[in-house]
Amino acid sequence: MAKVNVKVCLGTTCFVMGSSNLQELLDLVPKKYGDDVDVAGSPCLGLCSIDWEFSKAPYVKVNDEVIKEATVEKVLAAIDRELK
Amino acid sequence: MSINTPNKQTSHLKREILVRLIRAYLGENYAEDVRLIPYNMRPQGSDVLFRCCIHKERAILRDRVIAGLGFDIEEVKDYELLSNLADKATTREKPEKNPLTLLQTACNECVPARIHVTDLCQGCVARPCESACKFGAIKVVDGKSKIDQSKCKSCGLCAQVCPFQAITKIIVPCENACPVGAIAKDEDGLTKIDFNKCISCGKCVSACPFGAVHKKSQIIDILKNIKSGKKVVAMLAPAIMGQLPCTPEQLKQAIMELGFTDVIEVAQGADITTKNESEEFKERVVDGKAPFMTTSCCAAYNELVDKHIPEIDKYRSTTKTPAYYAAEIVKKEHPDYLTVFFSPCVAKRTEASKNPNIDYVLSFEELGAWFVARNIQVAECKGSNFKTESSAQARNFAVTGGVAQAVNSLLDDKHKATPYVINGLDKASIRDLKKFAKNGKCELGNLIEVMACPGGCLGGSNTINSYKQATKQLGAYVEQSPEIKDII
Repeated sequence: MAKVNVKVCLGTTCFVMGSSNLQELLDLVPKKYGDDVDVAGSPCLGLCSIDWEFSKAPYVKVNDEVIKEATVEKVLAAIDRELK
Repeated sequence: MSINTPNKQTSHLKREILVRLIRAYLGENYAEDVRLIPYNMRPQGSDVLFRCCIHKERAILRDRVIAGLGFDIEEVKDYELLSNLADKATTREKPEKNPLTLLQTACNECVPARIHVTDLCQGCVARPCESACKFGAIKVVDGKSKIDQSKCKSCGLCAQVCPFQAITKIIVPCENACPVGAIAKDEDGLTKIDFNKCISCGKCVSACPFGAVHKKSQIIDILKNIKSGKKVVAMLAPAIMGQLPCTPEQLKQAIMELGFTDVIEVAQGADITTKNESEEFKERVVDGKAPFMTTSCCAAYNELVDKHIPEIDKYRSTTKTPAYYAAEIVKKEHPDYLTVFFSPCVAKRTEASKNPNIDYVLSFEELGAWFVARNIQVAECKGSNFKTESSAQARNFAVTGGVAQAVNSLLDDKHKATPYVINGLDKASIRDLKKFAKNGKCELGNLIEVMACPGGCLGGSNTINSYKQATKQLGAYVEQSPEIKDII
């Protein structure tokens, strides 16, 4: 099975709008899923600069799925969907 | 650990408004764009996310914009156009005095704090609630415990002894968080802040789940001065080095790009504070007869002493805060420069309002919003060095215990202080402080470091980064900084 790839955007916009609180994913995800999931912080994914989309930050990418207004719970749910 | 985890949804809202406000100011149609903020955030036909209807959502957003413009929401007339207020904000000479303002429209009219018997009450035979109550306020009537509110003193003993956990204490979050009883409902059920009591610690700002307590922003005043070509200096509180995902040198460069003339670390002032405070400790406690001394760098603690514990004043260090010395350095060299203190907390606004050398205060949140508004990627900026190097001890002022450690680093081994750290002001620690002052002694130590926020400034209510990450990041910076003995 292919690994699930999770990128937590740590660009300035996402960070200010809430991804500072998503950094716990970097510890939590490996603990929970072991080798099935790769998780990393990422420089700006470029999703915030389109229009006024900063207001939907923070962004997280789980494989190709873009999660807006991401929370730890939303990201974990998306990982579970991918692993199914 | 619940240090500085503000409600994410309310801080997201507050930050979004700041970004829109800054973009409006920097754009072509400032006043009109400000007027449109509530409509752009809740456009026609959009979902009603939190309130009864879209009109109330917009009304609340309007009030949040008013706080962002730096006005007192309670004083602004409800018929006044947001665009007029936007223009008025640019004509203000000085920021308004009290740092906080309340959104009555967003305030939920929480149920007054009291003890409440829930449906889980079984009307049991043992009835420990009845026997536990010292005031005769609780009786079983018709098979259920009932509280006579006129007799109840809200001690909560009945709740503790109930075997079904059927009795609960209803709290009003802001009232419960306030360590000095400065925020409360008045007889009309409206929440009010009593600024004669308020120590501007900001705990109510973090506690309110409706985001109804706002700080009055000075962002427009700062933007205006930069736009008009004034020389404005950024003074960065030590806690800032843990806030954003970049190096301190990159952060400096990013702030320069916002239009500041220079960027200095307030740690520079903390080195002076450390030097003076350790000399003072030696003079008063080691060589003198003072039983203990308290620190004096936390603005909320200083307000607490002045307003609520004047008897501890004689034990408080007379050394000035790092912000004081840093601002003094800037103004001595350049009397025409304006200074902006970059702050992790609300309380520094009160300190700044009393110090003519500090012109404005910008919170870390507001700085973050400014970067967002300008699309500045801090991690992509190239680094720019600080002209004056600060010590590891000074940069560590932002962490609980850091101030006492710094003072000790300049005392010789025989005369080291025994620190006792108050890690967050609450009702219990205020009682302790009163006791130390009254008895004229403190068994727990002879240097009492007081931090209003748990964790120190990194736990301030206007911070961005989570406490754990911020501590790690600041720690790395402290690690690579020179020793204070090599600097002063």
